[in-house]
Amino acid sequence: MSVSNPNWKPKIVAFCCNWCSYAGADLAGSGRMAYPADVKIIRVPCSCRVNPLFILRAFERGADGVIMCGCHPGDCHYTSGNYFARRRMTMLFSMLDYLGIERGRTRVEWVSAAEGAKFSKTMNEFVKTIYDLGENRKLGDLRCKK
Amino acid sequence: MARIKQRAIELLSDGTVMRVIGWEKGEGNCDWSPALFENAAEMENFVYGDYAGANLSKYCLKFNRQEGKTLVVLKPCDTLSFRQLLHEHRIDREKFYVIGAGCKGMKDEKGGLLKCSACKGKEFEVYDEIIDDEEAQKTTALMDRMAGVIELEKMTAQERFDFWRGELSRCIRCNACRNVCPACSCIKCVFDNPASGVQSKAPVTDFEENMFHIIRAYHVAGRCTDCGECSRVCPQNIPLHLLNRKFIKDMNELYGDYQAGVGENERTPLTSYTKEDAEPGIVYERGNA
Amino acid sequence: MMRQFPANQVKKIIESIPCAVYAPVEDGAMVVFERYQDGMELRLDKICTDKTPKDILFPQWENLMHFRVEGKTIELSEQQRCEEDYVLFGVRACDIQAFKVLDRVFLSDPVDTYYAARREHGTIVALACGDPKETCFCKNFGVDPAQPDADVVLWLAGDDYYCEAYTDKGRALMSTWETRDAEEGVVEWVKGEIAKKYDALPFAKLNLKGFDGDHLMEKFNSPKWKKLSMACLGCGSCTFACPTCQCYDIRDYDTGNGIQRYRCWDSCMYSDFTLMAHGTNRPTQVERYRQRFMHKLVYFPSRNEGMYSCVGCGRCIEKCPMNLNIVKVIKALGEGENND
Repeated sequence: MSVSNPNWKPKIVAFCCNWCSYAGADLAGSGRMAYPADVKIIRVPCSCRVNPLFILRAFERGADGVIMCGCHPGDCHYTSGNYFARRRMTMLFSMLDYLGIERGRTRVEWVSAAEGAKFSKTMNEFVKTIYDLGENRKLGDLRCKK
Repeated sequence: MARIKQRAIELLSDGTVMRVIGWEKGEGNCDWSPALFENAAEMENFVYGDYAGANLSKYCLKFNRQEGKTLVVLKPCDTLSFRQLLHEHRIDREKFYVIGAGCKGMKDEKGGLLKCSACKGKEFEVYDEIIDDEEAQKTTALMDRMAGVIELEKMTAQERFDFWRGELSRCIRCNACRNVCPACSCIKCVFDNPASGVQSKAPVTDFEENMFHIIRAYHVAGRCTDCGECSRVCPQNIPLHLLNRKFIKDMNELYGDYQAGVGENERTPLTSYTKEDAEPGIVYERGNA
Repeated sequence: MMRQFPANQVKKIIESIPCAVYAPVEDGAMVVFERYQDGMELRLDKICTDKTPKDILFPQWENLMHFRVEGKTIELSEQQRCEEDYVLFGVRACDIQAFKVLDRVFLSDPVDTYYAARREHGTIVALACGDPKETCFCKNFGVDPAQPDADVVLWLAGDDYYCEAYTDKGRALMSTWETRDAEEGVVEWVKGEIAKKYDALPFAKLNLKGFDGDHLMEKFNSPKWKKLSMACLGCGSCTFACPTCQCYDIRDYDTGNGIQRYRCWDSCMYSDFTLMAHGTNRPTQVERYRQRFMHKLVYFPSRNEGMYSCVGCGRCIEKCPMNLNIVKVIKALGEGENND
């Protein structure tokens, strides 16, 4: 889909777990590793806290892409939260795909507290994907765009 | 079937059960309704047969707290829903006397029910006694139940999007699918909760239709026994079972075969995990973009 | 003055109407009233559309106003009322009776200006019924399927539509149609045929004795409600399919930069219907179920000179997933021969 609005800037929501990914983002910041300002981080206690409704709500309010970051499998602060989150997101992404929503608008990435560079790289990649996909028209509430 | 009626009357008369949930005839021949019978005289109107399509397990929630036992007549597929409600501790096994009733596939005024065309078998998962007949054992599924899902998966993303927009745009948010669903047993649904931020009584935008149906299917994922009631009751003829079956198919493929409401294991695919599970990105590597 | 035109000309006539026309058309497996456009499958034969024409006058949802917040200022924009003339084509007698029920609610003081504007801009072309469905029972509520009360009425006889205008609006509309003088006596004969068919229907003679304000408490306290409502799922299919159900809710949607205020249909079957701070005064489905039928058969007529707010279209009979309906209620709670 091409970008019809030349002033369009993507809105990207990143759910980051408090223990790994948020710290990873922090490290990216203190290490001066740049990532686009289009990414808005929402800190959650654990990737498992991310309810599928959160993802849909983000799209509803005008997000063009949603990414969820958590501790690497096996490293969850709460032992197993990210394992559950992994299954949940797999199922949700599959359903969004089934409904014909563009692939690539949703993503899961495991980022540890030591991986500032990975955080920055992931966000740069994701933002590029969203730029390529263009504005999210299939899954958002028009009333929020007024 | 006269035997079920007779047995229910016996159990009512000897005090084993205080009430019976079954069916009664309507004004015409095909419009049977679920009904409550509290004494032998009322049992006069009890019927069981070709038009007993409704799944009575959800009604058990209404009678779980009431005094004495309730007799409930369940078809094989209905017993899966009943078992699932037991797993979730929503009903107490001691409060119900389950008669498993043989089923040849149910009908309505338009013919055989869609859900019966993908019959899941004739085994009763829960019962106190079974009143079956030979005819019922002979009938089998007419189609592969995943056929509709596979067909959609073969389409391109745009075609799927157009298909679902066409279907879901008919939604009038009557909530029949939710209210009939034995897996939708929340006391207060998130969509009825003014504090949830997503409560809405009308499908005002495309997004709300999408969200309601995605989330509803998601909330029952892993617990949905595929009883098919959602599609049966939809006044707008939306094929809602295709959403639930997609989840079932995905879970079977990714996490191993699973049928909700079968067996003693209370863990569903979404309340368990293995360390080797696939990464979410896998869904973007399959099928058509 | 009765006129007639060949039935196969009806599409041409609809297309010749200069303003918007809403007519029953096919939409997937359903027949609904929609704005007619070239190429749509016209379904004037469908006796009760799957969705009622109520939508046209009182849509399932409509925006009322929008507040936009910017800094410390709030900008308010109100929704325009309907300003466009339109023709509602092919409405049946029961649905027209339903408009009268809605008029009682929305046009009595304080007038609902959104509804009033739509009502005023519409010209209604009714179509007398031919073959009824088994579920029709309109005659019980004073509806004459052979003589709808509208601006223009059409009757189908053989290969011709017969038409007559009853109001100035109707006459103005009909004057633009290509018609000829009608053959005498045909419509009278058609009306007789319709009456015969409707009198032979299974629910043609329901006994409505006792459904009035005088028997309110007796009906309200009837122990039968518990069993009647047992199978009710509490979904809104019946209320949304009903041509007279008029309850609505007004809601605010937070758009992130303001508020979109809209109203949408509500249903007395819902657990959050008329929810108040203390909770709800209809805690179980028994009370909610009772509310719907008491409203239609007792409360409404007792305040509106005996006008029932059921028109006997039979849609709830078709739509209820559990096969509950108003006929069963009338038979169970009614007096006299219903109780056989």
